[in-house]
Amino acid sequence: MSALLFIEQLLNGLQFGVMLFLMSAGLTLIFGVMGLINLAHGSIYMIGAFAAAAVAGATGSFVLGLGAALAAAAAAGALVELTVIRRLYDRDHLDQVLATFALILIFSEGTRWLFGSFPLFLDVPDALRGPAELPFGIVYPRYRLAIILIGLVVAAGLFALIAKTRIGVRIRAGEADREMIGALGVDISKLYTLVFALGAALAGFAGAMVGAIQSVEVGMGEPVLILAFVVIVIGGIGSIRGAFVASILVGLTDTLGRFLLPILFGTFLDASGANIVGTALASMAIYILMAAVLIFRPTGLFGAAT
Amino acid sequence: MKLKALMMGAAMAALGTAAAAEGVKVGMITTLSGGGAGLGIDVRDGFMLAVKQSGRSDIEVLIEDDQRKPDIAVQLADKMIQAEDVDVLTGIIWSNLAMAVVPAAVNQDVFYLSPNAGPSALAGQGCHQNYFNVAWQNDNLHEAAGAYASSQGLANTFILAPNYPAGQDALTGFKRFYEGELSGELYTQLGQTDYAAELAQIRASGADSVFFFLPGGMGISFLKQYADSGIDLPVVGPAFSFDQGILQAVGAAALGVKNTSQWSKDIDNPTNAAFVESFQAEYGRLPSLYASQGFDTANLLISAMGAADVGDMAAFRDALRAADFASTRGDFSFGPNHHPVQDIYVREVIQEGDVFTNKIVATGLTGHSDAYAGDCKM
Amino acid sequence: MIREWQVNAAIMALLLAVPLWALVADEPFTITLTTRAVILALAAVGLNIALGLGGLVSLGHAAFFGIGGYAMGILAHHAQTYTPVMEWPFLIEGTKSMPLIWVTAIVTSALAALLIGLLSLRTTGVYFIMITLAFGQMFFYFAISWPAYGGEDGLSIYLRNDFPRLNTLRPMPFFVICYVILALALLVSWRIAKSSFGLALAAARQNEVRVRTVGIDPYRLRLFAFVISGAITGLAGALFADLNRFVSPTMFSWQMSGEFIVFIILGGVGRLFGPVVGACLFVILEHWLGGVSDYWLIFLGAILLLVVLFARGGLIGGLAGREVAHD
Repeated sequence: MSALLFIEQLLNGLQFGVMLFLMSAGLTLIFGVMGLINLAHGSIYMIGAFAAAAVAGATGSFVLGLGAALAAAAAAGALVELTVIRRLYDRDHLDQVLATFALILIFSEGTRWLFGSFPLFLDVPDALRGPAELPFGIVYPRYRLAIILIGLVVAAGLFALIAKTRIGVRIRAGEADREMIGALGVDISKLYTLVFALGAALAGFAGAMVGAIQSVEVGMGEPVLILAFVVIVIGGIGSIRGAFVASILVGLTDTLGRFLLPILFGTFLDASGANIVGTALASMAIYILMAAVLIFRPTGLFGAAT
Repeated sequence: MKLKALMMGAAMAALGTAAAAEGVKVGMITTLSGGGAGLGIDVRDGFMLAVKQSGRSDIEVLIEDDQRKPDIAVQLADKMIQAEDVDVLTGIIWSNLAMAVVPAAVNQDVFYLSPNAGPSALAGQGCHQNYFNVAWQNDNLHEAAGAYASSQGLANTFILAPNYPAGQDALTGFKRFYEGELSGELYTQLGQTDYAAELAQIRASGADSVFFFLPGGMGISFLKQYADSGIDLPVVGPAFSFDQGILQAVGAAALGVKNTSQWSKDIDNPTNAAFVESFQAEYGRLPSLYASQGFDTANLLISAMGAADVGDMAAFRDALRAADFASTRGDFSFGPNHHPVQDIYVREVIQEGDVFTNKIVATGLTGHSDAYAGDCKM
Repeated sequence: MIREWQVNAAIMALLLAVPLWALVADEPFTITLTTRAVILALAAVGLNIALGLGGLVSLGHAAFFGIGGYAMGILAHHAQTYTPVMEWPFLIEGTKSMPLIWVTAIVTSALAALLIGLLSLRTTGVYFIMITLAFGQMFFYFAISWPAYGGEDGLSIYLRNDFPRLNTLRPMPFFVICYVILALALLVSWRIAKSSFGLALAAARQNEVRVRTVGIDPYRLRLFAFVISGAITGLAGALFADLNRFVSPTMFSWQMSGEFIVFIILGGVGRLFGPVVGACLFVILEHWLGGVSDYWLIFLGAILLLVVLFARGGLIGGLAGREVAHD
């Protein structure tokens, strides 16, 4: 194993982590402000990818596709919030889990009904095609570099939004004390719709970005959804900072686990046996990480103690 | 529920007449909803096209959706055998569902005609006189890929597949006919969507080519990321990742890739030409590998109906074994374990106008059977 | 208003009447379908002890369901191939005997529940939901990638296992076995709810501090409830595997855990018979809607959504009213 390969794998872990952050930021925001578990977040991610694929396919422009993904996801988010989600804020988590589980079924099959059963096509934009040469002879795909960059920009923007702006103040106030902020004359239902749409837009954006290098198909949201839940639980639910740290942690654990565990087992098992055992363990690695974190810190790394 | 599910072959009017009483009742259990629905829909459409073209009114086909869940498939099979009294079962796409349904079904005196899955357990010791595979044994296309890679002088290839039985079989099958060295062998996670870590290892391995088996969405993701990674090695794979249904989603990233298949739309025989044309006319899309398998399965059944009565199981079994039908693949016959003996072609992904499709460039294996036939004691 | 016990009695009677009718009318598949509903109900009755009584929303109960299933699969597979399960440190032979398989399923899933519970019950609320999900996923991926017992292909058992003096291959005797077990599990569930343990558990759900002040450790209460809950769901897994004569990793999937929760909510949270009604309704919907449209999951989703939003208390709540609903 060369140092070069190891560095490239670190980059891969970072890129995977940043992508997970885009997905989990919205989820943790929604939980922090409204106290809602939203299983349908993965469906919004899928809607973003399908909207991007449909518009980019029709116009030939990836940027227009991204815009469409943001718009469609935010619109779907707002619509769902207005019709369904707002009835769930004062319910227990059980009802929220079930209602949003039902939304997954509706969104998935609805998308299949609209777009058919075959995957859609979405390609990376020409400008970002192919690999880039980095210092020290590292070769890395441009598009993945772009994902890392954009993800970091979005993270910074989100931190600034929460820390510096008026909406951010309200969001933080809403996290701290839901009744009080209403009493202070803030239109709480508008704020909730806005936050939900913002979270949805982030998920849709992630879906479109990732859709360019993955398969745009029905059901693409659920595996990512589970990963995003792992992330926000490790980070501490409601904490954007926690989600960021946990995203990178999960991204690195998964990538390096897949890479290193088969090699590790290869030192004392035969090649194909090591492959099978190593890969089996690698697929469980992030869940083991999550269980370990929760056992030592039951509210996650940055979660408020209850 | 019979409103939709109960589809009649040709003339609905034949229901209840004397002819229908001697007809064949077929239960089709296939995946029509959720992620893998595209494959099931193609098998169904291919099958129903053949039934329609036969003009026979004595084939009754019950179609049910298994949702790709083994327990649902078992439940549907129980229903079709116990309540509907079907003569023939067919339609299952996935090996794990086939393993759940087939052994019990064939032991209850029902024929099973497999239009897609061919797990090794059912080809070797677990073979059964009532089980016929009309597609391939699972290893076949991988074996052809291995043979082709060797014939092209590839000597240091990198192979990868998901870590589940079909994936492990794929790599075993490839290695069975591949004579060169392996620069690396990797198992990925089932359902994995990001292959950056694997691509980095391929780049670092010094391989001269790549073989992969990643069905469905996994293959789409892999190919897009492969094209973007700047790795410029020849790629060989089985047809599952280069099928008509998903090629459009992969786009230019798949151009030039060699893939092995027992069927292609440009196989030159009149049956195939007529099939491709009529499938397009009927459904408005190009047929896929799976559609051709569904079509052949129905034609096999129809050919046996012409030779024997389904009530006489021994005679009907002999009629099926004869495989006296015009296959879209040209020559087709059954080996001693009721699995196909057939040519497996090497295709290249090309672009025709706006459409990505395949054309045959070589023959991978001729008159190929499978590695398990010797274990089958029937 | 009808009393809840009257509704419950009617459900039990109906659940027996349907297969009896099917036996007379020679509709064996209806018996199979009812058996499926009964077994899924049993799994949800298990979950309901943790969820309804203890307020522990576990999204990982499929782990116990799968363990029970694999207990059956592994034992029967070894019996069918005449190979021992293990020879060292002591010899374990495979078996085709249902009672032995059930005991194994109960013990192994109880042990797993003890282990998972010990770790998971340190967390609460959403964290608990997610850590149980994580444990379920670990089992799922392990089962898929471990080749010894078929991996994703699962294990096929050619003949249903044996029960003394009954022909389990025929649908009706097997149904009766499952029905009796469900009735016993409901009895256990009812006794627990009425016992001092059950009352303390319910109190811990409503007000943890108050329970602590009287000197009861809620952690232990919950752990005990979680273990019983897992054991019952594990037993259901063994029966489910026997119904299908097949086990596969899908029994471990998180959708399976989700469906158990769906049963409980459809029927009514905190009701003794909630899981039974919910499971029956779900099986009927699945069976009936599946024939109406390829896109039937949309309708299923819509129905679930409507129940959550507008029919709190589930079906039993609608029939028997709210007077005895838990908090």
